[in-house]
Amino acid sequence: MLSLVIFLPLVAAVVLAVARGLPDAAARWAWVGVTLVEVLLVGVLWARYETPAPGALAFDQQVEWIPGLGASYHVGLDGLSLPLMALTAVVFAACAVYALAESTRPRSQAALFCFLQTTCLGLFAAADLVVFFLFFDLSIVGMYFAIAGWGHGNAPGSAQRSALQFFLYTFLGSLALLLGFIGLYVASGTFDMVALAADPPLVGAGMTGGLVLAAVLVGLAVKTPTVPFHTWLPPAHTDAPAVGSAVLAGVLLKMGTYGFVRIAMPMLPDAWRSSAWVLIAVGVVSVVWGALVALAQTDLKRMVAYTSVNHMGYVVVAVGAAGVVGGSAEEARALAVTGAVTQMVSHGLITGALFLLAGVLHRRAGTYEISRFGGLAGRAPRYAALFAVAAFASLGLPGFSGFVAEVQVFAGSIAAVPWTAVALVGILLTAALFLRALQRLLTGAPGEMTASVADVRASELVAVAPLLVLATLIGVLPRPLLEVVEPAAQTVVALVGR
Amino acid sequence: MTPQLALAALVLGPAVVGVALALAGTTAGPRGRAVADRAAFPLAVATAAAALGLAALAAATRASAQAPFLAGAPLGLGVDGLSAVVVPAVAAVVLLVLVFAWADVREGRARFAGLMLLFAAAVSLTATATTLPALLLAWEVMGAASYALVGFWWRDDARVGAGTTAFVTTRAGDLGLYVALAGAVGGGLLGAGPTGGLALGDLAALPPGWRDVVAGGLLVAALGKAAQLPFSWWLSRAMEGPSPVSALLHSAAMVAMGGYLLLRVEPLLAATGWAATAAAWVGALTAVALGVVALAQRDLKQLLAASTSAQLGFVVLAAGVGAVTGGTAQLVAHAAVKALLFLVAGAWLTALGTKQLAGLRGAAGIWPVVGGAAAMGALALAGAPPFALWTTKDAVMAVALEASPALYAVGLLGAALSAAYAGKVLVVVLGRPRRGEEARRTWDSEQQGTRAVPRLAQAPLVVLALAALGLAVLGLPPAVGALAPTLGQDPASAGAGALELVVSGVVAVAALVAVVLLVRADRLPEPAWARAWLGLGAATDAVVRATLRAAEAAARADDALARGAAALARGVVGTAGATRSADDRLDAGVRGLAGRTDGLAAVVTRADDGVDRAVHGVAAGTKRLGGLARRAQTGQLHDYYAQLVVVLGAAAVGLVLYVSLR
Repeated sequence: MLSLVIFLPLVAAVVLAVARGLPDAAARWAWVGVTLVEVLLVGVLWARYETPAPGALAFDQQVEWIPGLGASYHVGLDGLSLPLMALTAVVFAACAVYALAESTRPRSQAALFCFLQTTCLGLFAAADLVVFFLFFDLSIVGMYFAIAGWGHGNAPGSAQRSALQFFLYTFLGSLALLLGFIGLYVASGTFDMVALAADPPLVGAGMTGGLVLAAVLVGLAVKTPTVPFHTWLPPAHTDAPAVGSAVLAGVLLKMGTYGFVRIAMPMLPDAWRSSAWVLIAVGVVSVVWGALVALAQTDLKRMVAYTSVNHMGYVVVAVGAAGVVGGSAEEARALAVTGAVTQMVSHGLITGALFLLAGVLHRRAGTYEISRFGGLAGRAPRYAALFAVAAFASLGLPGFSGFVAEVQVFAGSIAAVPWTAVALVGILLTAALFLRALQRLLTGAPGEMTASVADVRASELVAVAPLLVLATLIGVLPRPLLEVVEPAAQTVVALVGR
Repeated sequence: MTPQLALAALVLGPAVVGVALALAGTTAGPRGRAVADRAAFPLAVATAAAALGLAALAAATRASAQAPFLAGAPLGLGVDGLSAVVVPAVAAVVLLVLVFAWADVREGRARFAGLMLLFAAAVSLTATATTLPALLLAWEVMGAASYALVGFWWRDDARVGAGTTAFVTTRAGDLGLYVALAGAVGGGLLGAGPTGGLALGDLAALPPGWRDVVAGGLLVAALGKAAQLPFSWWLSRAMEGPSPVSALLHSAAMVAMGGYLLLRVEPLLAATGWAATAAAWVGALTAVALGVVALAQRDLKQLLAASTSAQLGFVVLAAGVGAVTGGTAQLVAHAAVKALLFLVAGAWLTALGTKQLAGLRGAAGIWPVVGGAAAMGALALAGAPPFALWTTKDAVMAVALEASPALYAVGLLGAALSAAYAGKVLVVVLGRPRRGEEARRTWDSEQQGTRAVPRLAQAPLVVLALAALGLAVLGLPPAVGALAPTLGQDPASAGAGALELVVSGVVAVAALVAVVLLVRADRLPEPAWARAWLGLGAATDAVVRATLRAAEAAARADDALARGAAALARGVVGTAGATRSADDRLDAGVRGLAGRTDGLAAVVTRADDGVDRAVHGVAAGTKRLGGLARRAQTGQLHDYYAQLVVVLGAAAVGLVLYVSLR
């Protein structure tokens, strides 16, 4: 069942890729159909999911693959991965619906994004480091083509350059990750993630453990991205198509943060504890720096891109604080990790929506320059309402998922490490920058390009609204999500505390 | 209806109706919006009336309710002695203000009524919250609703900016609530106690350390919302919003909730010692400083705004000295008086087109009901006998005197200033009405006046004016005696003594008379520093400018970082090349360089072509997904890829050797 969920989009991708004669409309709707089936299937998984025993996985499936290397095709789900599987299905479905109005080679695009969806689902379900790495790298390749092939840089060739930069940077990061994985393998003789978490190698290995963790962390930090490894993100987003940005920010960035809780924390617990301070510092700097730089942006997409650095920073702060074991209660650290996972889901929904909404502006006016708009609330009231809701959700207003995530991150982190309260400045800066953007885009006198912005079409509304509705549902009724995440977060905290 | 259900409906009812109205008012088609606008106020007033009934029911039954939220931190609601007084009072003001707005608000009626109801729901939740998550949730939604209401006329940039200022300033204070919540978690309150965790009532028992963190956080958050020093400026900007908004947000609700929170956590403040003292002094000093600011204003709404900060100063002072009964009475009485005065200001602004005191001379004589209500409101604000704020303020001051004579003296000065600025309003509006040309010149300074105050708009004024008189009982012994025990206070020490009442009555009347004489003689000082809100606006602007400069500097530094990373990448590739044999390196270098130069030249000179080729290449590549990883689209990519693999491969071998030889 789980493998079906993972590989169904790949099958669709192959079919779409070889079906040369397929009309564009059929390709678009086929993509929508596949993603909706995926949403349904993930829904079934969620309904049938029962919290596994600590360290075990639900829907566990293992097939021998490279026995000589101790690598197998091993997949399974727990409270960390199931929410991200669901997020992946939802974000891709939103993208497919949004792309109904796209006209650039829709069949190839559908095939590419179906392929990307398999890499994302496969990565979150992976229970073997080789499988994890394979999907990690394939996602980079897929996103490279999405940006290079469907991007729209300001200057000719700039999409290709951004794509190449994205590829090189994140590929380099993935090689560092591979280095870390090899280190884990050499020390334990297996790539199996369940085994590695149950019996972590390199405990008490001092320097070696630190080096392996450093390699893993660099790889994940590039993908997340954290300061100072974030500079590939803004150009990649600016030049990526709307659906590419939504997937990149909504799903791909989570691969980095997911790696923290799935690999780095359980498999290298003592190295994690001794480098917790570095992580906290990097997280706090990412939070403040991302928000500050976002505040100065004049390009809407770059602004949202930098808020991603800020939002992922909260996750890093939380997982770092969870490694400071002495002197804080386990419940507080579990709260922080729960908040971190919630933030991954929340950021995926909200930022996915924001990037699609930015894409609507580009569709109409061909620009993201904030100063060329204004007064959109009069010209496009539904667009304005969607954007305002997304902005308030992103700045962490209660009633939306971002609040549920951030309040847990802060409560848990500050209780464990009081000076992480510095990161609170982040939510003040994001409030300021989103309200400034609202003011300059939506209110006041109409701007130069305002007249060209027709209100959202049906397909755009249907793509964006569900993301925001989900963000609201999680914000108001967080229990269904948190009940899945909490046991897994407690397990992670217990594993780090060993 | 069970008490629990009543309490839930009190919050959820207005929230659901409000969100529905606001969405319909913004996103429905033209016809749908017209329907929504017509139905908005009848529906909103009915909802508010029902909410008032529910509030009374919940108060009478001391209802409580709970919903799971975070692990060990549920959303808890409950009505105790304090909220039993405040929640129905707020619900009543909501109802009256909505009735006024029915007559006053002309455009965007569904959006307006919807946002007001959403705001009212947030206030009900704030006031009934028994756990920190519930409080924080409601607190920030309240702030967001106030942003949307202050910036209601969104076509005007300055008004939206005022909303932004209000939200960002109060959120700066709200960070304190996040800290407080974290402090309660740190102090081990997760999952503790009968409420299920993080209960407000358990905070005072926290261990020292975390208790101080929590108290400090709550204090900052409350001072921000209550527009106390140094946060007061946002309230001045908020006056750019519609008057009915001010009548609710800046009298009974938003700002009042700041004072309310401190009353609620008074045991915690007292337990730390320093937090109570800090609150008392900030409150007393705000009463004086913002009293001076109010006295210097020439714009009625600005004067009222400054006086709101000053009057809430007495509530904050009350929380600091433990005068919870007096503070509660002051909170409720001020809510009625200030709602009345803001509605009067709004009625005149709509009718006469001005809120400048110069233009409002003699305004009281034009519509006698409005004028009479205004006079009663101003007298009450002055603290003149026998009106409400006279007794309630003294109930606070009596306790302050026991705590510290210095505090009492400062408070008394604040009381005299209240009388003075209220007197300034009184003498102007009761003056000889302007006629003919003179009137035409000074009216309509802000907008075209309608020259009419509808009956529907006058009705709430009458009710509130009667409240401004009748609520005086709240500060007198019988009511204090009944109220104090429900607030956990000793009735004997909670009320104002006869001596205080006489002293403050005399002070108020004397200050009132003095100001009347000074204004008549045109000799009332209006120093520029006081008119400019003590420079708080300039200070806020400076902070904003500094932040934006820092942001721009950070953005430039970030761009430099990006360039550095790119240069480093080129360097790494170069180093990788250097590890090859000399011939290879030369060969590859030359070819790579040529390839890169060619590639770049091709892109630059034949941009379209290049894009096309790349695009076709990509499309072709997509069709062979299986071979994606191996397939290089350009010589560049291939080159980099191979070189990176070499470097990383070498590093991997090194690590493997290191680990296995260890």
